[in-house]
Amino acid sequence: MNRDVKADPLVIAGRTFHSRMMIGTGKFPSTDALRAAIAASGSEIITVALRRVDVKDISGKDGILSAIDPEKQLILPNTSGARSADEAVRLAKLARAAGLEPWVKLELTPEPRYLLPDPIETLRAAELLIKDGFVVLPYIQPDPILAKRLEEIGTATVMPLGSPIGSNRGIKSREMIAIIIEQSNVPVVVDAGLGAPSHVAEAMEMGADAVLINTALADAREHGPMAKAFAMAVEAGRLAYCAGLGPRRDIAEASSPLTGFLFEDHTASTSGSQISGKE
Amino acid sequence: MSFVPVINQWPESRLQSLYDNIGPSDVEAALQKEHRSLEDLAALLSPHAIPYLEVMAREAQRLTRWHFGRTISLYTPIYISNLCAADCVYCGFSARSGSREKRITLRPEEIRRECESLVTQGFESILILTGEAPKVVTPRYIREAVSIVREYFASVSVEIYAVDTNTYKQFVDVGLEGTTLYMETYHPSTYRDVHLMGEKADYVYRLDAMDRAGQAGVRKINIGALIGLYDWRIDLLWTALHARHLQKQYWQSAIGISFPRLRHTPSRYQVQHMISDAELVQSIIAMRLFLPEAGINLSTRETPAFRDRLIPLGITHMSAGSSTQPGGYATYRRGEADERTNYREVLEQFEIEDTRSTIEVVKEIRAQGYDPVWKDFDHAFNALNENGTATTSL
Repeated sequence: MNRDVKADPLVIAGRTFHSRMMIGTGKFPSTDALRAAIAASGSEIITVALRRVDVKDISGKDGILSAIDPEKQLILPNTSGARSADEAVRLAKLARAAGLEPWVKLELTPEPRYLLPDPIETLRAAELLIKDGFVVLPYIQPDPILAKRLEEIGTATVMPLGSPIGSNRGIKSREMIAIIIEQSNVPVVVDAGLGAPSHVAEAMEMGADAVLINTALADAREHGPMAKAFAMAVEAGRLAYCAGLGPRRDIAEASSPLTGFLFEDHTASTSGSQISGKE
Repeated sequence: MSFVPVINQWPESRLQSLYDNIGPSDVEAALQKEHRSLEDLAALLSPHAIPYLEVMAREAQRLTRWHFGRTISLYTPIYISNLCAADCVYCGFSARSGSREKRITLRPEEIRRECESLVTQGFESILILTGEAPKVVTPRYIREAVSIVREYFASVSVEIYAVDTNTYKQFVDVGLEGTTLYMETYHPSTYRDVHLMGEKADYVYRLDAMDRAGQAGVRKINIGALIGLYDWRIDLLWTALHARHLQKQYWQSAIGISFPRLRHTPSRYQVQHMISDAELVQSIIAMRLFLPEAGINLSTRETPAFRDRLIPLGITHMSAGSSTQPGGYATYRRGEADERTNYREVLEQFEIEDTRSTIEVVKEIRAQGYDPVWKDFDHAFNALNENGTATTSL
């Protein structure tokens, strides 16, 4: 089957995207490095920490925002650094007032060491922002119940972390993310901790709808080629998932099926002698 | 919660015994770990770690890039007053040493003039500094200064005398993000020997100041020991304990560390415990290995050449284009007579080694493949209305 990526778009809140890779803009060594990563990835959703930019100057000549082409990419403002729902809501409103689209990646990370999301404040902020007309994409712990609660109040996606931000450890929360994917009615975007194209492929093979990558690109020696590699892994993983990838086996299957005896020819010998044990 | 019970559990004799029992294998073991204990830090700070400096430096770089990326946050100080009622024997600007007629406190309109000058350079992060003169340079005045500076910049921090919880809270209410307060030395008897006068002579009040800041909701808390006052290997272990204590107690605040070293002292004080460049590098990278997520600040006290070398070794915040003289950016620029006052030359708080312009420092940061970060905070984090007054208590 020859699948066209364009025929398999990602739809978030009614809006269609042809790339399933979102990019975070922190930690890059220069604006040029960020620009190269965005261009090579083909990404259409670029998230920007509101605390790092001056939203009153969204057409700024230099800095993070200058690396984004609003014709090709959605600027997805994020509330990174917010410790409470109130702070996140204020930030989101500020961005909207400055002319950005009313989309927000909700990041409520009250402790500065591991930047883990606060589920209670995230749910509260999501409620407030949705009531106010925002499209909300919440960054969360891989908690399947929280994911359902957020979906019920109307978030556009859920964005569970694979492992702590910046850790490049891959999907350490595989079991929980699999449950979230299985149960979700909104796109599941695996965010944080994906440090290599193989991690990304794994997330997409599991059925994630998209991924968000930042540190792995920012820290690369060559930003464009690394972004390209990640984008290819996203496509490969997605294609494999859609093409019906066989389930992953965590234990080798016994070569002699447990129910094999049901179909044996009992006339040949006495019971059990033909069923081989471990080979 | 006070730091006193914690530091009481770790008297100097106990810290010294850590060093006494360390060998090269402990350094290797410490290097292998992901989460490091105080014993591991002692191993990395010990003379046994010197052959491992390169390995430590690479790991420090990796951890710093992991947490902060290839970025250096820039800030600049505004000294709003150089009045001082303390007598710190190592300081050339103490009440007893400095010349009285060169001491001033900026008026609000002068603070504005300084801000207007710095805004054009691109700064978004400002550190307000004063001496130790709470009776004259009052908390009320400093609160007003924070409020003014906040009108111009995204982030305002203070490095002032220790204050009470309520005062820190009042600063937060007008938009304060961070505070820096150096213990100078955690060694009680040395502390008392070198701080002779004023409120600063109260060891415990200063020791617990950052707990009060944490209770008041200050987001960034920066600590440090003034290296040279006491055995730095001991003082840095206390600094590390202090940082861990603050992280656990005020888990929503980011803890940062500075490594100020004593350079120019008055003739009455001889530095007893000088640290070499190599040992300072060892200290910084060992602390990075112990606290991977801590901000590490480097001021213009150090020379340009040394500062440049430290950029890839774990530093996350640098000051640039600094003047340590009140009014030094616009109001009382060096060499310019001011007709309204007699203060042609104003006392500097300390002598700067890196006198390069902000543009030159930025150029060097970029040349090393790092992105200078100007803005990393937003007024939206403070519950303030447009008039700059608190709408809700934090």
